[in-house]
Amino acid sequence: MNRQQSLTVALLRHAVLLAGAVIMLAPFVWMISTSLKPPNEIFSTDLSLLPRKWFALENYGKAFTKVPLLRYLLNGVIVTAGIFAAQLLVSLPCAYAMAKLRFRGREVMFTLVLVGLMIPAQVPAIPRYVMLYQVGLLDSYAALILPFVVSAFGIFLMRQFFRTVPDDLVHAARLDGCGEFEILWRIMLPLAFPAMVAFAIISVVAHWNDFFWPLVVVQTGDLATPPLGTLFFRNEEAGSDFGPLMAGTVVITAPLVLLFLGAQRRFIEGMTLTGMKG
Amino acid sequence: MAAASAAAPAAPSPDDRAEARAGYALAMPAMALLFVVLLGPSLAVVVLSLTDWQLGAPRMNFIGLGNFEQLFADRVFWRSFGNTIVYCLVTVPGSVFLGLGIALLVELAPAGRTFYRAAYFLPVTSTLIAMAVVWEFLLHPSVGLVNLALEAVGVKGIDWLKNPDVALLTLAGIGIWQSVGLNMVLFMAGIQAIPADLYEAAEVDGAGGAWDRFCTVTWPMLGPTTLFVTVVSSIRSFQVFDTVEVLTKGGPNKATEVLLYTMYTEGFSFFRTGYASAVTVVFVLIVLTFTLAQVRLGDRRTHYT
Repeated sequence: MNRQQSLTVALLRHAVLLAGAVIMLAPFVWMISTSLKPPNEIFSTDLSLLPRKWFALENYGKAFTKVPLLRYLLNGVIVTAGIFAAQLLVSLPCAYAMAKLRFRGREVMFTLVLVGLMIPAQVPAIPRYVMLYQVGLLDSYAALILPFVVSAFGIFLMRQFFRTVPDDLVHAARLDGCGEFEILWRIMLPLAFPAMVAFAIISVVAHWNDFFWPLVVVQTGDLATPPLGTLFFRNEEAGSDFGPLMAGTVVITAPLVLLFLGAQRRFIEGMTLTGMKG
Repeated sequence: MAAASAAAPAAPSPDDRAEARAGYALAMPAMALLFVVLLGPSLAVVVLSLTDWQLGAPRMNFIGLGNFEQLFADRVFWRSFGNTIVYCLVTVPGSVFLGLGIALLVELAPAGRTFYRAAYFLPVTSTLIAMAVVWEFLLHPSVGLVNLALEAVGVKGIDWLKNPDVALLTLAGIGIWQSVGLNMVLFMAGIQAIPADLYEAAEVDGAGGAWDRFCTVTWPMLGPTTLFVTVVSSIRSFQVFDTVEVLTKGGPNKATEVLLYTMYTEGFSFFRTGYASAVTVVFVLIVLTFTLAQVRLGDRRTHYT
């Protein structure tokens, strides 16, 4: 290829990719732009990005007072943090046992974990709902957290990681008189930090964004997670007061988007592992 | 297994027994919970699908395959089934080939790589429900950005979500928008893993042009990645629910009724627990069939590499 040809290729590449990027980002840009505009500009037919009259305070003020947006975000934090803490506590010992300890039935247990990995998330929903109904826990934080306290994906991921830790390290610790729990806590955990970060990203993104389960079990507005809260807001506004509605969606999407932009590499590495999950 | 048991002493030593005890102690809590919240309920769905139970009803009768007979005789179910298939047939090829194309272009040169990767990946991490509400506004027939942009170039817009002929395709479009970034990063990882000397060898063999190199090296080497991406995309597409619930509620006139939406309305609006369980069983069977079929087909096709 001569220089002129490669310049043409480079320009074409940027032209196509930029056009695509405009489409990908347009919803985000238009959402922010609309959240800054007064109603008459939103309902006008001109396509300007910046408002002629700034209406941000009014829109965001209305978004925060019409519905308890902060409460939704807090619920999101409580539910995702509760789920991930439980998943970590439950999966780590199991993953260590499956990776490094010999006992009868280990292979059968691991097969069960793999089966759990293949089950789509909505499949156990009906029996879970019936169970929660029977113990009177519907419409509570417990209903949002309990079904997810164990993650087949988490056990699988951490087991694969623990298997890469040399056996010698484990044997040496045992000779030094360490118990199995101490080995897990003192040796495996510090080594497993990168895998735990990937697990955290997958778990938090999945449960922060989950809509199906909160929709099923939550009736009270005060318990809504961010996605369900967005729906309540939309229904409250009858989908027509777009300025405050877009301000609300900006607030709801901001936490994960900022987290992603702040830690892009880890995020993308982590999310590519979700492919293994049903 | 055989090698391990041959190497192990015949009678378990006290150390071995201690190790096994620790193994059970550490693994059992997770396994018990896995059974209670995931495996047990998944089996229970199969049992419930054979009953006429409705949530809160005092009695439960086994009716064999009655729910399935009713399901297969129901036109709404077939509509829902067909819509789910159409949604997948649009979303999967769309997001796989666009993902591949974007990945190839991004990997062609380092300039702007980080920006493009972030831009295309952004929809993957953002809360789909919030973005669905944004899409509802963008697709608004009179003040939405999409129709305004179309009118600016002289094309008359339509009511994307209320027109029964295009509503499902509109949802598929949003599905592609949301998932193409994930497919892109999976393909980028696959492209980066191709050894550079393969391209040199291809050049020696006379495959000098970009298209030749793609056909002789990149595409065959990406076989396993393509299969993986296709399976993952299919499973995700089959689970379409969020955009349907927020944007169309299965309408207009059942044009966007999909399997999970049917399951949701039967199970959690009408509380026909047994019937909704039967829908769930059909859903799982289709997902598993698709996955296995793709893996087998792919096995045959990728062997020659």
